[in-house]
Amino acid sequence: MVFGSFTPEAFAFGFFTILTLGGAYGVAMNTNLVRGAVWLIVSLFGVAGFLALLSAGFLAAVQVLVYIGAIGILFTFAVMLTRSMTNVNQRFNQQWWISLLVSALLFILLIVGVIIPVWGNQSPADMSPTIANTTDLGVALVTGGGFVLPFEVASLLLTAAIIGAILIAREDEE
Amino acid sequence: MESRSTPNQFLRLGITLVILAVIGGGLIALLNGITGQACLNNLSSCLTNNGWNPGIAGFVPILLGVLGVATFPLLVTILLIWVERKFAARIQDRIGPNRVGPFGLIQPLADVLKLLTKEDITPTGADKPIYNLAPPFMVASVLLIWAVVPFTPYHYGVDLEIGAIYFVAVASIATLAVIMGGWASNNKYALLGAFRTVALLVSYEIPLAMALLVPVLLAGSMSMVGIVEAQGAMWFMFMAPIATLLFFISSQAEVGRAPFDLIEAESELIAGFNIEYSGMKFAMFFAGEFMHVFTNGVLMAILFTGGWWGPFAYEAPLLGFFYLMIKSSFWYFISLWVRNSLPRFRVDQVMNLNWKILVPISILNLIMMALMLRIALGFEQSAGIVVTDFFSALPRTGFLLIGNVVVLVVVWLWLGRQGRQQRQLEEMNRFSVTATGD
Amino acid sequence: MTNVLNEWAFIGVFFLLAPLLPSLPIAIAALISPRKPNAIKQATYECGLETVGDTWVQFKVQYYVFGLIFLVFDVEMVFLFPWALAYQQLDFFAFAAGLLFIFLLTDALFYAWGKNALEWS
Repeated sequence: MVFGSFTPEAFAFGFFTILTLGGAYGVAMNTNLVRGAVWLIVSLFGVAGFLALLSAGFLAAVQVLVYIGAIGILFTFAVMLTRSMTNVNQRFNQQWWISLLVSALLFILLIVGVIIPVWGNQSPADMSPTIANTTDLGVALVTGGGFVLPFEVASLLLTAAIIGAILIAREDEE
Repeated sequence: MESRSTPNQFLRLGITLVILAVIGGGLIALLNGITGQACLNNLSSCLTNNGWNPGIAGFVPILLGVLGVATFPLLVTILLIWVERKFAARIQDRIGPNRVGPFGLIQPLADVLKLLTKEDITPTGADKPIYNLAPPFMVASVLLIWAVVPFTPYHYGVDLEIGAIYFVAVASIATLAVIMGGWASNNKYALLGAFRTVALLVSYEIPLAMALLVPVLLAGSMSMVGIVEAQGAMWFMFMAPIATLLFFISSQAEVGRAPFDLIEAESELIAGFNIEYSGMKFAMFFAGEFMHVFTNGVLMAILFTGGWWGPFAYEAPLLGFFYLMIKSSFWYFISLWVRNSLPRFRVDQVMNLNWKILVPISILNLIMMALMLRIALGFEQSAGIVVTDFFSALPRTGFLLIGNVVVLVVVWLWLGRQGRQQRQLEEMNRFSVTATGD
Repeated sequence: MTNVLNEWAFIGVFFLLAPLLPSLPIAIAALISPRKPNAIKQATYECGLETVGDTWVQFKVQYYVFGLIFLVFDVEMVFLFPWALAYQQLDFFAFAAGLLFIFLLTDALFYAWGKNALEWS
């Protein structure tokens, strides 16, 4: 990205940054859990914008479909299961300092990773000249030399998720 | 007053509809001609040559294109209000709106004027920001679908490579609007209605997307433009009738129309999640619904009945647009017919129909289509057929139709067995009840 | 490359405008409609009875279960779309891989069915 000149991409990048970070701030600071869920969706939408900006259209659509359309709804359902959802004053979590430490460490690690090329020096010239599209993704998913094993394992994982959900939700009726 | 309609009246109604469609089509084509893809490039370079900032000059045509594409469904919706009321009236052996203008055609405008002057009541205790955001979101989720709709071979908002999944994704935003509106109203009925609606909407998204996978499979493309172009030889409706039916049923459920109208179960939930809305905000929920029904017609036309394909569509794009509108109207009227004829399902029946019937059928159908397509591709390869026109597409269509028949037979036997078991169970229950009752 | 971003610029502008267009009539209505609020008019409408207790109460866990099952199938769809897209370029192995993938998830559906998790009560 070129700094100094005002490109539409830079503008969009700034806009999505505000959405993502602002949404995350709203989630963390809201005492009303449902509003928190709405802020979460704003934040997730910002991430979808980033993906579109990176020309990863499929992932952007998936972000909207799965995270906003499904996980957002699931969060709202989950919030409705709690008591006092509109006014959370107590802090139930006693280990907040651990999470603070971990997130601070992660943040520092990411900053370092961005400034110093820890994961190898990749300039834009090193990137493949062909832009892979969604068809290439499909080919990679189901060819023997590609990612067919992770593809099937993903299915197994999803199956396990359903079994787990049913076991947890219906234990009271045994 | 004589309520039975004479054939003459029907004829006049039909002629008026055709004239309206032509006028509307002409206007839209003009609009698209001004802001269409080919002119976009000219406009932007033209502005740059006249000393505009290149960034802004590139932005202006995009803005105009968006406005053109987004205004079209909004304008159509105003007409749809009249069509919907008139159609429902005819089915119920009434006349419908006939006072304001010829055939009551100006009625929607009168409705809009009335709605504009209605007081907007916000209930006490409502969560105002969320409450106000829900109606525009509802409309937006439908409007956004139109970005990828190919109107003619040359005119479309944008040809996204991932068009099919894009439309499912933006349509799922409606779910969010429902839950936001229902929760923010601070009303138990609204919240209960919202929860039911969301459960319905998310459930029917599964067979919808499963049925959508079949056109993607057959076209080898996810872009709406690509899917339409792939139907030049044969419409997908004839290759995959079961997928067509599944998509139609689930899209009917997605708009919450009868028999899936739990959204507005007046007798149970006093209108569901939108009960506390009034005035223009309430109207927006309904505008979104009306627009969604027609949008579903357009999607059916694009995905299964060849979109703008028809004689001379390439030579005269306006004709292509006309074909698309005819096909969409066909599906739209079937949707209205179903809506006005069938009674409402109970909430548990809706869930059973989805998870125990539609989802298994859609999975079976997808597998069968994939298998038959593989066999058809192998056959075409060995026989040296390249699918280019109607006759060369016949073998593939034949194979896929065989697959459909197999699915149909399996489903028929399976449902029949299930029905028998259920009847036996009920019979046994009845006996045991009488035995203990004595 | 620029072409792809142009497409997304269109979508981006559309996303900004789509909620604004329906907001326009709402704004106009807000300008010209009368505004005479009073307590009874603004009361929560629950069939003529006065509302009892807090609306935002705890909800059934069942909705959550349906939400979870939906989420799993949604993610499945995300995997199946690229598969369907590339299907015609691939061989029989791709069909087998897709079949196994779908089969594993159908298993989960039948498990949920057998455990009566799909019953609406």
